[in-house]
Amino acid sequence: MPADTTAPASGSEYVDRGRAAEARKALASVEHEPGAPKPDPIVVADEVTRQFGGLKAVDVAHVEIQRGAITALIGPNGAGKTTFFNLLTGFDRPNTGRWTFNGKSLAGMSAYKVARLGMVRTFQLTKVLAKLTVIENMRIGATGQSGESLARAMFPFFWRAQEKANTERAGAILQRFKLDAKRDDFAGSLSGGQRKLLEMARALMVEPELIMLDEPMAGVNPALKQSLLGHVKSLREDGMTVFFVEHDMDMVRDISDWVIVMAQGQVIAEGPPDSVMADQRVIDAYLGSHHDQVLDFEEEEKILQEAQEEHVKNEEEAQ
Amino acid sequence: MRVRQSSAAALVLMTLFTVLGISGNAQAATPPATVATSADDDTIDVKGKLVDTREKPPAPVEGVQISVEDDAGELVGEATSDADGLFVIPLGADIDVVGETYTIKLDESTLPEGTELRNPDQVELERQVKISADISVTFPIGEGTVGTGWAVRALQLGVGGLVFSLLLAMAALGLSMIFGTTGLTNFAHGELITFGALIALFIDRLPGNITVGGMNITMVTAIAVAMVMSTLFGWAQDKALWKPLRRRGTGLIAAMIVSIGLSIFLRNLYQYFAGAANHNYSQWTSPSPWSIGPVLITPKDVGVIIFSTIVLVAVTLAIAKTRLGKATRAVSDNPALAASSGINVDRVISVVWAVGAGLAGLSGVLLGMTQGFDYQIGFKILLLVFAAVVLGGLGTVWGAILGSFIIGIFIEVSTLVVPAELKFVGALLVLILALLFRPQGLLGRAERVG
Amino acid sequence: MDILNLLSGSLQQALGPTAVVYALAAIGLNVQFGYTGLLNFGQAGFMAIGGYFMAASVATWGLSFWVGIALGLGLSVVLALLLGIPTLRLRADYLAIVTIAAAEIIRQTLGSVTLLKWFGGQDGLINFQRTFVEMNPFSSRVDLGIVAWRPFDFWLLFSGWILVAIGVVVVWLLMRSPWGRVLKGIREDEDAVRSLGKNVYSYKMQSLIIGGLFGAVAGFYVALQHTNMNPTWVATDTTFFAYTVLLLGGAARVLGPVVGSIVFWFLITFLDLFFGILTRGADPFMPEWIMTNQQASLMRLIIMGLALMLLMIFRPQGIFGDRRELAIDAR
Repeated sequence: MPADTTAPASGSEYVDRGRAAEARKALASVEHEPGAPKPDPIVVADEVTRQFGGLKAVDVAHVEIQRGAITALIGPNGAGKTTFFNLLTGFDRPNTGRWTFNGKSLAGMSAYKVARLGMVRTFQLTKVLAKLTVIENMRIGATGQSGESLARAMFPFFWRAQEKANTERAGAILQRFKLDAKRDDFAGSLSGGQRKLLEMARALMVEPELIMLDEPMAGVNPALKQSLLGHVKSLREDGMTVFFVEHDMDMVRDISDWVIVMAQGQVIAEGPPDSVMADQRVIDAYLGSHHDQVLDFEEEEKILQEAQEEHVKNEEEAQ
Repeated sequence: MRVRQSSAAALVLMTLFTVLGISGNAQAATPPATVATSADDDTIDVKGKLVDTREKPPAPVEGVQISVEDDAGELVGEATSDADGLFVIPLGADIDVVGETYTIKLDESTLPEGTELRNPDQVELERQVKISADISVTFPIGEGTVGTGWAVRALQLGVGGLVFSLLLAMAALGLSMIFGTTGLTNFAHGELITFGALIALFIDRLPGNITVGGMNITMVTAIAVAMVMSTLFGWAQDKALWKPLRRRGTGLIAAMIVSIGLSIFLRNLYQYFAGAANHNYSQWTSPSPWSIGPVLITPKDVGVIIFSTIVLVAVTLAIAKTRLGKATRAVSDNPALAASSGINVDRVISVVWAVGAGLAGLSGVLLGMTQGFDYQIGFKILLLVFAAVVLGGLGTVWGAILGSFIIGIFIEVSTLVVPAELKFVGALLVLILALLFRPQGLLGRAERVG
Repeated sequence: MDILNLLSGSLQQALGPTAVVYALAAIGLNVQFGYTGLLNFGQAGFMAIGGYFMAASVATWGLSFWVGIALGLGLSVVLALLLGIPTLRLRADYLAIVTIAAAEIIRQTLGSVTLLKWFGGQDGLINFQRTFVEMNPFSSRVDLGIVAWRPFDFWLLFSGWILVAIGVVVVWLLMRSPWGRVLKGIREDEDAVRSLGKNVYSYKMQSLIIGGLFGAVAGFYVALQHTNMNPTWVATDTTFFAYTVLLLGGAARVLGPVVGSIVFWFLITFLDLFFGILTRGADPFMPEWIMTNQQASLMRLIIMGLALMLLMIFRPQGIFGDRRELAIDAR
């Protein structure tokens, strides 16, 4: 199912093609249990573990991700979400485990090959190419460029046409993400939110089937959040599968069709947003199982949010 | 340029001879006009002292005939050792002699009864005149070790390697700590080593000796002053250069290049003041070796081993036990986290720079004591220090020490099979091979290199 | 003090064969460091491989000059592969340390007594430049008014600057292509590029090889220039000077290495001549207790070291660079 990324070329408005309803219907019959089988999984992972010294950062027995749906991966800090992302996309090597994408085993595969297969990720701390312009950031995302081979690079004749086509496609996506005004600016000059947008837009240049977003809302100002939400939803409408890590519970509740909860490296709960957020195991995981006073979800989320912002701030200062 | 290489080769040779226990005092080169050292004329001599090492103190051996031949086999000169065991054979003016190779022979039949060479294979020594300096040779005399076996030679080389390892470890510890806390790959670390050696030289060259109750403590004072000055130098360098750069948010690669500039600057500044000549300190120049079992070791080496072991143990204990040491490790681990848990990161880094530079300076003096030195001794061993640190694991304390021992001992012991001139090459190859199999170093953590 | 002599002497060096050598070496570093972010501190090693194998092919093994050139280029590719395989997956500083170590391994090995009969030990190799001399179309002294060269020197710099020009054009063509874009992307953030489906390792390797080839050509020239190949020409400082040349002209700028080399050698020679004049003769201008003639020869390196530091701190984009496009994250 090739993703049709250029279709809604004008505006970022969320065009409802009914994919949300489709996805939710398909997931309706799925059990609300960790590792529940899905009707049409795009990713299936088994026994994936990653050890850091004495700490088992990831220990996922079995998990499936439904095709065409937006799946959220949540969990308290240190639950292993980003590590799990890194493992799935080949940016880190697990100690054990096997996982497939469209039925093809990805274990031991290099990150760039994973991306070429159509499983593309973004990063928690955005990785825009600061000293390249926005449009160059986009162009580099296109796959199968003949001008990227050393033998042909020196002769524009070989790649000029393709470059033009890629630039047009990039222009359309930039427009959709409302970045076309920044087209010739250095990516380093963009704001945090714009960087998130650019990174997502750039990922689309790869024409992914599955797009994996690592905290797309972190560091984004509230004004941009709504439009970012729209963008993520529109990815699903374009036929892509979205898998994202997020701490922003509004976003999780708002856009996800399915939620997977990790704690201490394991998948502890699964289900549609509302059912998961009411799950005792989830509340225990976030608060520690020996909490004596029951915080409501809003408060808890606020605390988490603050902690997260603190964390990101520290990270950025450390950079 | 040519002189520089030759002295590099001479350094290698001297190290080797020290290790073999046959080195006397390789006299300092005659520098052109500037800093005057020992030699007062242009004539190059072969000289040496024959002593029987079985005696304590070693007794001079008189009446032994020594001859020198050039590479065509022509006799150049002869001499017989005098009552002090000394002999001098002039070779000629330095311009005629530099670059030539001579064979120095000891006539075994003239040895007094009951004495023989400790190493019967060393009746002849071949020496090339690399620089305009007298050549010192020693033929250790004592009980013949019947056919110095492979194992004995390995042991002897191992002792030399041990001395070098300890000195390397002090330099490596500083480099590794600075890397750990600041992320800086400091290419000017070699100049911290040289700084110590030069400060000690300055003290040593002050007129007169420093004595306490009749004991000559010039060198002891020199070592102490060098250590203190090096510590201050490191502290000041951080304050004046590295701290402002950190404040500006200078990238690590940019800082690395700044350190290269600093290295070139300091190295040439050192040469400006100290000249290109090879230097030796005035005290403890030609100690007679003690024999411990089959192994020869000079009292100076023993002193260096004991002293540097004490220093290393003290520093590592301090890192392991004291508050400041723990803070240092915390900063190495995660500066942001350390800062947020109330550790004054800047102060820790300041101390690390001071201690690291002090250790490097100390290693410089001791290195100068054991093998002589010139203005780029630190630069010459910088790569070995890097090799030790990377091999052990960049940024780790124990890794730096372990790496130093492996590199230091490997360098010496490898000369059993590798030509001495290629021993550094062997050590650097070990580094590259080790990176292939264990990129994070022996004691490093895998996460750190990704 | 003869200002005109000072300037013409400096200009002579700035356009001469030495500047060619460093321009070539720095073009290689520009590809590796300027565009890809690879810290190759072993450019001297590539120069050694180039210079020594060209020279030894002719002088030791009696092969043709062109076989020597091919051997030098081929082996520099092998060296790049050998260095790249263990280190290109590691952090930048590892490559720096491994390459600097490798260059020293090569230098000490090729200059060793053990390999004396092949590479001539510390004295190095001579008598390999005949083919190159025979190709010389210039038979008389070339006088350009202010500066003048012997025919052989002019042939060296003439052919050398042509090679530099070719190198510059190649780099320009490469860096405006999608291939060059991937390199720049890797310099900025290799994980980002990897996440977009590019084989980062392969690109780094290609960059290392191309830069190394330029190093080998610089090695050919250093040998031809001195009509002698010995370990002195390929010491660690050679690499550091090439970096200074690159940073002076501006990293990640196509003409950076060329401008850098010309400016560098002009300034270095100027300083050398200047301090030489100050301390020359029986009654020098500069009192001997401040600076002797011997010490004067060190001034250029002292100032160069200082300049490299200041350049990196205050003008990391080079003298003509644009700070916004700065390739190095210096801030």
